[in-house]
Amino acid sequence: MLAVTIPYWGQTLLRVLGGIVAVLLPAGTIVYLFLFKMMSFMQSRLGPMEAGPYGSMQLFAEVGKWLQKEDIVPGRADKYIFRAAPLIVLVSTFLLVVVVPFGPDAYFTNFEIGVFYMLAVSSISTLGILIAGWSSANKYSLLGGLRAAGQLIAYELPMVLAVVGVVIQAGTMNLQDIVLKQNGGEIFGLDWIGNPYILTQFIGFAVFMIAVQAELTQVPFDMPIAESELVSGYMTEYSGFRFLIFFIAEFATAGIFSLIASALFLGGWGVPFAWFGWDNVGDISNWMNIVGPLIMFSKMMLLSFVIMWVRFTYPRFREDQLQRFAWKVLIPVSLVNIMVTAILKVAF
Amino acid sequence: MSPLSSDTTTDSPIAELPGDALRQRAVDELRSALGDGLIDSLIKPGDDVWVRVALTSWREAGAVLRDKLGMDYFCFLSAIDWMPSPYGRGEDAPDVVIERSTEIKQGYTGGETRFQVFARVASTHLHYGITIKADVPDDDLVVPSWIPNYAGANWHERECHEMFGIGFGGHPNLINMYLPTGFEGHPMRKDFPLLARMVKPWPGIVDVEPLPGDDGPSSENLEADNPDSINNAAGES
Amino acid sequence: MSLDTMLGDRQKLAYIASQAADARLNVELETEGMTLNIGPQHPATHGTLRIICRLDGEQVVWAEPSAGYMHRGYEKLTEVRTFPQVTTLVNRIDWLGSFANEVPFILASEKLMQVEAPPRAQHIRTILFELSRIANVGLFLGDLGVQMGAVTPVFMAFRDREYVLNLIESATGGRFHPNFDRIGGLLNDLPKGWIEETRGVMRKLRNFCTEMEDLLFGNEIFQTRTRGVGIIPKDVALSHGLSGANLRASGVDYDLRRDQVLPMAWDKTEFTVWTHPDGDSFARCWVRLMETRESTLIVDQLLDTMPAGPVMAKVPRIIKVPEGEAWVSTENPLGEMGYYVVSKGDLGPFRVKIRSASFNNISIVPWVLRGVYVPDIITILASLYFILGDIDR
Repeated sequence: MLAVTIPYWGQTLLRVLGGIVAVLLPAGTIVYLFLFKMMSFMQSRLGPMEAGPYGSMQLFAEVGKWLQKEDIVPGRADKYIFRAAPLIVLVSTFLLVVVVPFGPDAYFTNFEIGVFYMLAVSSISTLGILIAGWSSANKYSLLGGLRAAGQLIAYELPMVLAVVGVVIQAGTMNLQDIVLKQNGGEIFGLDWIGNPYILTQFIGFAVFMIAVQAELTQVPFDMPIAESELVSGYMTEYSGFRFLIFFIAEFATAGIFSLIASALFLGGWGVPFAWFGWDNVGDISNWMNIVGPLIMFSKMMLLSFVIMWVRFTYPRFREDQLQRFAWKVLIPVSLVNIMVTAILKVAF
Repeated sequence: MSPLSSDTTTDSPIAELPGDALRQRAVDELRSALGDGLIDSLIKPGDDVWVRVALTSWREAGAVLRDKLGMDYFCFLSAIDWMPSPYGRGEDAPDVVIERSTEIKQGYTGGETRFQVFARVASTHLHYGITIKADVPDDDLVVPSWIPNYAGANWHERECHEMFGIGFGGHPNLINMYLPTGFEGHPMRKDFPLLARMVKPWPGIVDVEPLPGDDGPSSENLEADNPDSINNAAGES
Repeated sequence: MSLDTMLGDRQKLAYIASQAADARLNVELETEGMTLNIGPQHPATHGTLRIICRLDGEQVVWAEPSAGYMHRGYEKLTEVRTFPQVTTLVNRIDWLGSFANEVPFILASEKLMQVEAPPRAQHIRTILFELSRIANVGLFLGDLGVQMGAVTPVFMAFRDREYVLNLIESATGGRFHPNFDRIGGLLNDLPKGWIEETRGVMRKLRNFCTEMEDLLFGNEIFQTRTRGVGIIPKDVALSHGLSGANLRASGVDYDLRRDQVLPMAWDKTEFTVWTHPDGDSFARCWVRLMETRESTLIVDQLLDTMPAGPVMAKVPRIIKVPEGEAWVSTENPLGEMGYYVVSKGDLGPFRVKIRSASFNNISIVPWVLRGVYVPDIITILASLYFILGDIDR
């Protein structure tokens, strides 16, 4: 490992800094690359070009703009809850990143029940959104918050069920072990692909990505925001720093969910061990701790690309159609997926 | 409950008659249905047909048009104020007193009162329309509402009410359409001045700033002196 | 893209349920309804339209539009203008397809003066009319996506609309408000090379229509959002005076280009009038898409048969229209727009009644919005397609 022994407070500091980078860097990259540039190119326009070369400093300009705005709290709003709501949403993002493994030794924590923890804390943002809508003293926000409550809770279930299939196949809830099993395993006797669970759990992967799209309230599931109807839904009354927190939280959570999806389905930070002749964790060379995060980053970009691409293309569902889709389509499909996985796991 | 798609077949014999014969037939039908209610009519050959009915037959005429003549399409309903405007066209200097005629002269199919309410309906099958007018008595500006005949008359009557001050008997919700609640006056009446022209008459009386390089303003009709204007090039008449 | 009605039984039942929404009473959970104000500042309304809705949960129990935030008093203003000056006013009623607003007024004045524009002027007028229809409805197709949440089609709509606006600008001098029509003809002839360029632009616009068809109309989510939503039966549409694509989408075969004789060049072309048997939002959007494509074909036919000659008839320098009354209405992009011109032999009109299409189109909103969900309000308004200047004049 490292040549020096770092005291415990040093390790904590490193973890905190690493956490902030792990949350903000994906958010920033997704915002610039996909929201500003890719969306613009898809719409036959150039996007921001003024701030920095090819508009690369636009993100800092936007952050600066939001930070210098006045912090308005509506007169009849419930002040403490109104102020707290964005922070709750952001906190859940930071809590999520804690279980994501970035390398053989580069992880924040190594929970045995990592998957369970991840699914549990991802629901905290629902609470934040609901109280943001309720405390805003604005009918549009109220409508947005209520829609969000229904939608986010409805799409929790397909997400959980999709992940259960992976857990059954891996036999463990520890995210690090899931990654190791994918890279160390083999499929159909070919060990140069490893065993990325997307190949066997393709249904689970599709359900998971759809559920993630809904959890992030992205189009086609963005009824809570529904820009052409509710102006901004639960975020209508927020401005300045608080809106910036919502904005960052939205894209950071997109990045984190992509990281988790790549850990669960795409093989995480690793490449198939057969390429280097490794057999278990101890064999892995140390440079993997540096290359691992880069591989994770690129897989995250791939999945966020898909999320954003769908966002810019499709119209949005109506609330009842959305609910019908979750309860009548996604949940039965994922239940069937679990059954089949369980049967096949026992059989083979 | 209305069905989702109603089938309409009007096998009326009017369908075969062309143009003016069609219009004449319409006037005859109205006369036979309304009797004395139909006061006057005018058919411009190859063009259009106007009728004027008594105010007591206003609503009945609408029903006849809709049911017997197949006029299923409601175009519009409004009013005309036949009094000439005492302000002219707002081009006079405020201190000049101009004698203007105050004679009230109505248009096609005549009339006896200052206000006339008029409507237009059309037939989507027979491809012609009819303009129907009625006098509104000067002392009692109330007209029976056309809503039982055509549901679209609702908004048109609201606008007519606020612009001309004509009441519509039987209208469920006669509030202002465009103007704020509590607006005083009825803008489309000729004696309601156009405020912009009262403040600044147009054109010619006001000082026009000369362009840089010009030696003075010209308050003449610039177009008449401009040889490039299309109206001058096309020749005199 | 099928013409057959796809209203399944479930959608027919939904229609019945929405009709019964007035009488519905929620006995167990007697909650107070919420009054929601959509507009006047709102991303969805095309301008300052205010709709006051009373909601029960997410369902509308009562809705009433409140227009007039943009009322400019055009009918009063025309009384202080001369006849040629009225076109400058009238351009601004439907500002997206603004050449089309001038035409009925000019035709009514020409009817009273008993002057007819020369054939070349009639042709060019018709071409510019159809171009303004394409510009107007092209924007509608893009805007439809934005109302639904699809942010990409609108940029393509604006990009392709620029081609048409450039054409209009090179011919008339103005992109949005051409003010090109004159009593007796047109202000100028067409510039050199305009006809070839228009042919190219029409080809591009046909590609645009195909693109919209694939991107938006073929999308399953779009279909789910619009099919069976906001059904307007034929008799209700006619009695309210709905016109244009809204009427044709309810199954009424009525198109003022084909069904009346005007001194314009439509009778020299062959075109299809598109109708749809359902009266739902999808039908209205679909009919407009097909009409846009049809307009490009009309323009191509007119370009091929353009006669030579002058573009202005002999009219006096100072125009005094003889005494009389005339009514002319045309098939404008938004519906039927007409002018009832009363003249007393003066330099200017005595009274002009402007019949604008969106006024009647929006008067049906209280009827059609009963019992629909809040997102469907946006869908229905988007499919009815109004311009504020047209409602408020």
